[in-house]
Amino acid sequence: MSITDYLGLASVQHALIAAALVAVACGVISTFVATRSMAFAVHGTAELAFTGAAAGLLVAGNALAGALLGSLVVATLLGALGTRERDRDATTGVVLAAGLALGVLLLGYYNGPSSAALDILFGNIFGVSSSQLIVLGAISVGVLAVMAAIGRPLLFASVDPEVARARGVPVRLLALIFLYVLALTVTEAAQIVGTLLVLSLAITPAAAALRLTSSPLRVTLGAVGIAVVAADGGIILSLLSTTVKPTVFVAAISFGCYFAARMLAPLLERRRAPVTPAV
Amino acid sequence: MAVAAGSFVAVLGPNGAGKTTLLRVILGLTRLDGGTVLVDGSAPRRGASSVGYVPQLASIDRDLPLRGRDLVRLGLDGHRFGLPLSARRAGAVVDDAIAAVGATAYADRPVGRLSGGEQQRLRIAQALLSEPSLVLCDEPLLGLDLAHQQAVTSLLDDARRERGATVLFVTHEINPVLPYVDLVLYLVDGRHAIGTPSDVLTSERLSALYATHVEVVRVGGRLVIVGGEADGGEGHHHDHDRLLERPA
Repeated sequence: MSITDYLGLASVQHALIAAALVAVACGVISTFVATRSMAFAVHGTAELAFTGAAAGLLVAGNALAGALLGSLVVATLLGALGTRERDRDATTGVVLAAGLALGVLLLGYYNGPSSAALDILFGNIFGVSSSQLIVLGAISVGVLAVMAAIGRPLLFASVDPEVARARGVPVRLLALIFLYVLALTVTEAAQIVGTLLVLSLAITPAAAALRLTSSPLRVTLGAVGIAVVAADGGIILSLLSTTVKPTVFVAAISFGCYFAARMLAPLLERRRAPVTPAV
Repeated sequence: MAVAAGSFVAVLGPNGAGKTTLLRVILGLTRLDGGTVLVDGSAPRRGASSVGYVPQLASIDRDLPLRGRDLVRLGLDGHRFGLPLSARRAGAVVDDAIAAVGATAYADRPVGRLSGGEQQRLRIAQALLSEPSLVLCDEPLLGLDLAHQQAVTSLLDDARRERGATVLFVTHEINPVLPYVDLVLYLVDGRHAIGTPSDVLTSERLSALYATHVEVVRVGGRLVIVGGEADGGEGHHHDHDRLLERPA
């Protein structure tokens, strides 16, 4: 089969649409993940999607529903245990360890095909059904709507919390809302690229973009662009290969963008005005 | 006590004296157990645009994706939910604010790579964007060298001269602001003294306030306060309680 034949298949089209939806949401949150130093929270919620999915499989035979509901539980737990920067990593680690153990326990009781569980870890891009596509689309639209509404005060609270609070920004509430948005987005992405490689869509794109620009808007647009190219580009490249999984290409493109950005950054900096020494 | 509009008020006192609490009350973040505070005749309201706030120098990550102009812009609509104002109109307002503090040259650089003095200039531009009638400053000179201390202080002085804004300036260091100060509020252990600098900053007045012997001496035009847990002269910095908790 040629590429164009593949692109005519419903499963491939679903995969491309789903990946784009997930990538846009991931790109948008990745900017805030960077400004709020929440990479470990992304990692934690992504791996805990495994626990939620295992619970979903066991109870209702539905991994996606389980993972999404589970992500809300995880966000609630992390929010309740503390969203302060100092103890956030520790509480994330604690919840992550306990949650993964629970996932392993639940999976032990599950008698269905074990591939369903492995899909959670490594993603199953070509297994997206029409109904799942609708769910993923609704979540992406919801995430974008919430981020459009809270984007500015969240930026204020993230980069300048003291003044933001003085100006009446509900800093703690926004931290909690963002935690839910992050958990949902990451869990959604985990269905596509797997919990182990979510980082390539939710962390790497902004990390690459902010090497090239310091404007929050341009970082966000750049991150969305990189995430979409990595997600859909990875799927298309995987059609050419019989052995390499799409997630590998997604991660490779994403990392390639980051590497290129780091190489380009010094050149860009030299073109800008010389930097004065800090006092 | 009442403070006339357009005054420059220095708030002095040792740690724990209530300087920070005073600012929190005026910002509407803490309620009073007793008494009342009125800002422009009404009770303090959280996030009121009539109150501007300039914090002490914060350490900002070098790679934080935020340019100087983005920091200033937050003062315009950073607290508002929903989509932003038209970029062009906002851009013009922000450009003017940046020019007013003389920060145009470095406004497009990442905030984390600017010097402390440059960052504090931008923060003043940010605080003045909402055209406040009262500007609260919480140790804005900490960590700045002498030249930048003077630059920052004179920018705040400009703000009250040109806009009639009142400046409430919490500081450990009286000397950089002394030329501008109309009133000194000295807080010690729940007691206070208020008046002109020459009125309050005397050995008698401060000894009574600290309930121990305190000497105020002039050395080469600088005011040095010796004894008690004196603050003011020597340029020694105490750990300062953060006004607000670190973020989530």
